[in-house]
Amino acid sequence: MELNTHKWTMVIDQDRCTGCSACVIACHAENNVPIVDENQVWRGRGMHWIRIERYWEPDGQYVKARLLPVLCQQCDSAPCEPVCPVFATYHSERQNLNVQVYNRCVGTRYCSNNDPYKVRYFNFFPPQWDEPLNQQLNPDVTVRSAGVMEKCSFCVQRIARAEQAALAEGRQLDPSEVVPACVQTCPPSALLFGDLNDPNSQIASVLAGSKGRQYRLLEDLGTQPSVYYLKGGETNVGA
Amino acid sequence: MLEHELGHQPAWEQPLPQEPRTREQVEQFKEKKLLLDVREPGYMDDIVMRPAYTASPRLWIGFLLAGLGLVVLGATWLWQMVGGIGIYGIARPVMWSIYIVNFVYFIGIGHAGTFISAAFRAMKIQFRAPISRPAELLTVFGLTAAGLFPLIHLGRSWKAYFLIPYPNARQIWPSFHSPLVWDLMAISTYLSCSALFAYLSLLPDLAMARDRETRPGWRKRLYEITSLGFRGTQQEWHLHTVAMDVFTYAIIPVMFSVHTIVSWDFAMAIQPGWHSTVFGPYFVVGALFSGAAAVILILMIIRKYMHLEYFIRSEHMNGMAMFLLILSFTWAYFYFNDYLVPWYGQDPAEKVLSFQFARGPFPANVLWYLLLICNLALPWGLLWNRKWRTSPLVLTIVGISVNVGMYIERVLIITISLGVNQMPYDWGVYRLQLPEVLITTGAFCLVIFLFFLFSRFFPIIPVWEVKEGQEMHRLRQIGRAVVDTRVE
Repeated sequence: MELNTHKWTMVIDQDRCTGCSACVIACHAENNVPIVDENQVWRGRGMHWIRIERYWEPDGQYVKARLLPVLCQQCDSAPCEPVCPVFATYHSERQNLNVQVYNRCVGTRYCSNNDPYKVRYFNFFPPQWDEPLNQQLNPDVTVRSAGVMEKCSFCVQRIARAEQAALAEGRQLDPSEVVPACVQTCPPSALLFGDLNDPNSQIASVLAGSKGRQYRLLEDLGTQPSVYYLKGGETNVGA
Repeated sequence: MLEHELGHQPAWEQPLPQEPRTREQVEQFKEKKLLLDVREPGYMDDIVMRPAYTASPRLWIGFLLAGLGLVVLGATWLWQMVGGIGIYGIARPVMWSIYIVNFVYFIGIGHAGTFISAAFRAMKIQFRAPISRPAELLTVFGLTAAGLFPLIHLGRSWKAYFLIPYPNARQIWPSFHSPLVWDLMAISTYLSCSALFAYLSLLPDLAMARDRETRPGWRKRLYEITSLGFRGTQQEWHLHTVAMDVFTYAIIPVMFSVHTIVSWDFAMAIQPGWHSTVFGPYFVVGALFSGAAAVILILMIIRKYMHLEYFIRSEHMNGMAMFLLILSFTWAYFYFNDYLVPWYGQDPAEKVLSFQFARGPFPANVLWYLLLICNLALPWGLLWNRKWRTSPLVLTIVGISVNVGMYIERVLIITISLGVNQMPYDWGVYRLQLPEVLITTGAFCLVIFLFFLFSRFFPIIPVWEVKEGQEMHRLRQIGRAVVDTRVE
């Protein structure tokens, strides 16, 4: 039996995002993302597969905050893919995902240079988890060694698990079975996930009903991201 | 000495003409032109072989220091592999930095070597003869140093063989879409071609060294093996010329393509400051510019410390300095072209970059103005006058300044450009750390060490080319004037 192809897509509603960062924590827990110490973060070596970018805009006596959760955009035409000399990053045709193969990566870091969203994270040092955090590593996800690049995978281990379950039961996968950790955790449901090929999915209806607010990050570069943003109004923060 | 007065005596025994005006002209020619200043046999061989047989304490100290630099390079690399590449100063978004700067720089200084030996040879530029070997060596040794950096900069250096297309059970090949794979192909081609080219032009000199060495021993055996039994028969010289011609014409396009491909590492990316169609020719010219300056610097050093004043004269300094000046003009054209077009386009990130160069913050602006001084002000200010062009001191200053300037150019292109991109949230700066300083010093030591090592065994000036040139050149008297003529 052949599984259908899916166009995994995420929709991020900026009107709903409160900047609580629960998605960041969930992602760290699910994907064994290393925790980098304060000095290294200060130098720009922090690792969060999803991050909340805060843009502050002065507006009279108020300051407007714009919150933008940014993760790998899983581009259909990803600039990071062709530059890798060893196919450590490549496009998965069936899942429409931008895949990173850790044990193939030699660490040229070219993908990060050519990534306009800067959502690829490099393991500068061997990862370490203090006791007892090392006990909670997710066994479905590889712990990356020093010198390799890593990035958001749309929780590919969850997709793979759902696919295997469907295959074992001899049926097609129902896209609603798959939920990445960040989407599952988001308290105000600012993040939505689904299969764009499925016309009955939640994201299809959300995208159909929000034509005026939709945009994709740096769309003019022609990267064709799989993450859609819905423009938010302003959040005013005290004078 | 004059063509019509040549008797059966060899050229070095010819008396000078009696007529005072003619005599004065002949003397001037002999002083100015190496190819007219013929000396007795063995004179040149003795000069070039002297460094191989005698070693001053100063040389041993140099050897020791350069060797120490190599050890430091190896140790730092090991430290980096064990401790993690995080000890190097890069951080998001500046993922490439000094190592790639060094890579481009050392490939760059390798370019003039081929240009001088191959393109000047093809164009029959005559002052080339004695300087082609140092230039070729600089190419080979520069490329050796350059070839280290893509390995050193990898997060997992020990997996570098993944880039080589070798048969394997999983049938995974390198990705031929990636400029880095093109790079690997281009550089390995260039390194092997230029090493063979340098060896080929070394062959007659190795035969000379073999014939000159009278005592049996390791040295004699070394020259016997490396000279491949070259005896200087008509047939051997014919084959040698044919082989040199093939290499000459084959290596020129390779040279142009190599630095174009290096520029594509940057130009193919969508990074602002990199994504530019002018990068190919611009990098080639930049490489020639820094390479010519490096050759000048090497010539000044070996001239002084190996006592090669007979070979490297004011005509060579003048020729190289004019070549450098022309390259400086050409480089300036491309450099400002590379600014003008993005500035006119008013791309936001490119605007920020230009603004940083002109006004700061700190490292970008200081480096940018230093670059303009080193690459434009100093060569243009010092090389317009023949007297200064032929002064070793001035040439040493300009050689150093252009090398510093071109190094800074690559620092600006790589580390400063990477700091600015389309998403302002992710801007950042690179901070220099100790490991890259040690490794860079080590790489310079590697080039110096290889030069030292070479000079201990092999002639650093292509004596056969000088002799060949001298055979071709004669003075003729036309009316009262004495002119330099050349047979083909």
